[in-house]
Amino acid sequence: MELVTPSIGLVFWTLIAFLFLLLLLKKFAWKPIMTAIHDREQFIDEALNKAELAKKEMARLTAQNEDLMKQARAERDSILKEAKTLKDSIINEAKTTAHTEGAKLIEKARIEIENQKKAALAELKNQVSTLSIDIAERVLRNQLQDKAKQEELVAGLLKDVELN
Amino acid sequence: MDCSHVFVSKVNRLIVAFTLFLAFFCVVPAVNAQTDTVAVTAEQHAEAAVESHAAGEGHEEEKFDPTKVIMEHVSDSHVFHIWGHLSMPLPVILYTPQGIEFFSSGHFHHGEEDYKGKYYTYRLVQPGMQAFSQDFFNRKIKVVGADGKVDDALTAGVLDFSITKNVASLFLTVFLLIVIFTSVAAAYRTRVGKSPKGLQSFLEPIIIFVRDDIARPNIGHDYAKFMPYLLTVFFFILINNLLGLIPIFPGSSNVTGNIAVTFVLSLITMVIININGNKYYWKHIFAPDVPKWMYIIMIPVELIGIVSKPFALMIRLFANITAGHIIVLSLISLIFIFKSVSIAPVSVAFVIFMDVLELLVAFLQAFIFTLLSSLFIGMAIEEHH
Repeated sequence: MELVTPSIGLVFWTLIAFLFLLLLLKKFAWKPIMTAIHDREQFIDEALNKAELAKKEMARLTAQNEDLMKQARAERDSILKEAKTLKDSIINEAKTTAHTEGAKLIEKARIEIENQKKAALAELKNQVSTLSIDIAERVLRNQLQDKAKQEELVAGLLKDVELN
Repeated sequence: MDCSHVFVSKVNRLIVAFTLFLAFFCVVPAVNAQTDTVAVTAEQHAEAAVESHAAGEGHEEEKFDPTKVIMEHVSDSHVFHIWGHLSMPLPVILYTPQGIEFFSSGHFHHGEEDYKGKYYTYRLVQPGMQAFSQDFFNRKIKVVGADGKVDDALTAGVLDFSITKNVASLFLTVFLLIVIFTSVAAAYRTRVGKSPKGLQSFLEPIIIFVRDDIARPNIGHDYAKFMPYLLTVFFFILINNLLGLIPIFPGSSNVTGNIAVTFVLSLITMVIININGNKYYWKHIFAPDVPKWMYIIMIPVELIGIVSKPFALMIRLFANITAGHIIVLSLISLIFIFKSVSIAPVSVAFVIFMDVLELLVAFLQAFIFTLLSSLFIGMAIEEHH
């Protein structure tokens, strides 16, 4: 029976000791400990959340960068393409211009040559006529120096006229 | 239920085999009486007991009475046994109708002499002594009348508030807990936001276990309010259980195995439950959702339930711890029952096994008491929608 009968002294002292312990620990131990643990947990949670956010932000930035890169690359390509077309067109234009210009020059030159040739021919004709007149004059003079011959000629000419 | 998984692991099989063996051993009727904490202390106690009796009743060898030895060890005492024949007398404080008496228990000389105080003459009686008679308050110090016999009428008026062995252990526990947890709290204050270190890192998982696995799931979002009580009761029971397992001086007292201590703890739990009980809790008791004529049965049952929950807590803790002590003491007593040293290795082997088991029980009972306390609190403050 002794085991299961609580003695009043022990009940009294246990009550006092336990309540004293409870109050003291509550004030000086549990409050700071629980607050510290809670704060630290919150801090860790926050840090983890922040890390998660930073990771997301990072991924977003990377994606953005990639997009930008892609865009830039596309832009570069298009610019290059454009430049190439431009270059080709310029070259073509230049070629065409040069061609036409050349043709024109050639035409001009040809006309000039033609003109010169014509002029030269005219000159030549004049000279040839003068020369031939000269020659004829000289030949005539030469032939007419001799009276007999002149008479012969005249006779011959008159003969022709009579025939006609 | 399929229990085959118990036998799956080798370790489990070993434990099961050992437990069955032990259970068989416990059932053997020869072990109906038995003893303490460590062989040395028990031996010396037994010797002391034998000697004192030999001195009182002549020199013939007295029969070893394991019940007496065990009861001596598991119950409270007015002296704190230290080593061999050395024990520390503890102060006796008596409340008598005439006033308060205060003297050292050393005056009793282990119950061999009466002490004449200011108002009465007192005698320390032990279980088994002729003058021993149990009363409601479990008094061991009795008033002796003029005729040299215990005066029960006068004794009834004397209340014993002595600093007994258990009270001294209790104070030691309180002191230890305060030192441990204020230092841990200081560690939290100096290492704000840093990881725990040393004692702090040892205790933090336990504190968090109490919070996350005991309080939070059972009490709900209002758990923070009850945390100081739950943590205090958990560590109080735990450290007392552990100190009770230490067989030598500062430990060895069976504090949590004393019904007075478990009574107070469960009383506080009961007070907390009923102070915090909300309208649903009281409605459940006084106006449960049953036909009106059932109230005649239901209300008394519910009222008994208020008491029976903490009562179960009280008995569970007391019985578990006391049983553990009794088994260990019984195993040690075997040596003296058989009067043979050859039984000692067997006893010691079983005592070691039991001590390890008790180590588990120490944690388990602290856990269960806290768990059930928080469960009852949670039931009382639960909001119904």
